[in-house]
Amino acid sequence: MSDVAERVKKIVIEHLGVDADKVVDSANFIDDLGADSLDTVELVMAFEEEFGVEIPDESAEGIVTVGDAVKFLEKATAKA
Amino acid sequence: MRRVVVTGLGMVSPLACGVEQSWKRLLAGESGAARIEGFEASDLACQVAMQVPRPGRAKGEGHEDSFDADAWMEPKEQRKVDDFIIFGVAAARQALKDADWAPKTYQDQIETGVLIGSGIGGLGGINETSLLLQEKGPRRVSPFFVPGRLINLIGGHVSIEHQLKGPNHAVVTACSTGTHAIGDAARLIMLGDAEVMVAGGAESALNRIGIAGFCACKALATAFNDNPKAASRPYDRDRDGFVMGEGAGCVVLEELEHAKRRGAKIYAEVTGYGMSGDAYHITAPSEDGDGAFRCMQAALKRAGIKPSDIDYVNAHGTSTMADGIELRAVERVLGDAASGVSMSSTKSSVGHLLGAAGAVEAIFSVLAIRDQIAPATLNLDNPAFETAIDLVPHNPRKRKIDVALSNSFGFGGTNATLVLRRYEA
Repeated sequence: MSDVAERVKKIVIEHLGVDADKVVDSANFIDDLGADSLDTVELVMAFEEEFGVEIPDESAEGIVTVGDAVKFLEKATAKA
Repeated sequence: MRRVVVTGLGMVSPLACGVEQSWKRLLAGESGAARIEGFEASDLACQVAMQVPRPGRAKGEGHEDSFDADAWMEPKEQRKVDDFIIFGVAAARQALKDADWAPKTYQDQIETGVLIGSGIGGLGGINETSLLLQEKGPRRVSPFFVPGRLINLIGGHVSIEHQLKGPNHAVVTACSTGTHAIGDAARLIMLGDAEVMVAGGAESALNRIGIAGFCACKALATAFNDNPKAASRPYDRDRDGFVMGEGAGCVVLEELEHAKRRGAKIYAEVTGYGMSGDAYHITAPSEDGDGAFRCMQAALKRAGIKPSDIDYVNAHGTSTMADGIELRAVERVLGDAASGVSMSSTKSSVGHLLGAAGAVEAIFSVLAIRDQIAPATLNLDNPAFETAIDLVPHNPRKRKIDVALSNSFGFGGTNATLVLRRYEA
């Protein structure tokens, strides 16, 4: 697991209060991990804070699974 | 008018988590006061408070009935709300369990409502988020900032958890909140808007900004930082301000026939409720006690009782200069009946829970009726007033209590009185 993936999963576990084994790449925040729309807004904020990047609303809308977040943040941090 | 009875009780207090746990300690003469822990208080004029005992804090150590927030709300949900909401959720759950009322059918759900208030709400979260906004800008303000601070979100959470779909209301009348909430909820049942209501108040303004704010109003005790348990001393010569408490109280109110049909245990009946406004000053009560007097008069009229029917008064009695104003107003209401009445301030034991005070004190009044005992006024070593009323100094008094009054008076000159009566068919 990449460093980015590990940090993403740690944030998801902490914010959504879910078991680590459920936080797989294909897990959908809302359908699989019990998040609501406000939770997802907060998750995106937590990713921004952790990785020091800005995630525009248009991009945030495309982040619906753990894997989406990892992919986005790997790309965003590689650029930096 | 339909009759309303109390069928469930719930409480988180500075003495303990739980109604019976708090009541037992209250009657044992325990005080919830200690030096403030959990935030920096060394530069505050008042450094004592009545904090809820919690695991991980000195006050919670070795305490059998401390408040473990994890037992009441998942940690991930706790992060999103201020403590007053967690306390309120806990007290409401206790009260519904005690009442054995868990509405399952749609009809039962729409006939059950919530009316829980708070005096101040999420002061701590507003403070922390303001600092975050200043430091990191608006993009770091959580989507849970607003719903985690709003006063009516106690009722929001309670209604969602228990599927209560009747009236959903909240009261904000400073230190009268809990009393207004119970009185208003009783009215809703009397008028037929609901069959069952969960009513009360919750508060946690115990943080730096809360203490600093009340210190600035010169409302808090400041002379007892080295002797916290002596700080709350209503009617005593040496009182110099209130001691802030935190916690929540909730009752389940129910239409009498509804309670009887399902065989509910009935603690007491809510027979009277009075309100008034001082129209005098933003923080001080009117010096002639006129507002308090009219409030109690209104409650007596509604209950259809005479002054001589009153056995016990749970006073507002905050341990401030205002104690005397209330005492004289009660004397004026009672007249010749004064010598037969016991009046105590349980704030001497639990402190001033602000918006939760009236709810916690109504519960103590209900239990005073159930157990036929008036809880004590602690630290009343040198009474500042001569009165025919028994102020129940130091030790609780076993006595006949059929009718109890519970008074609350708040900033803004908002007054409320409940009349609670031993249930008779």
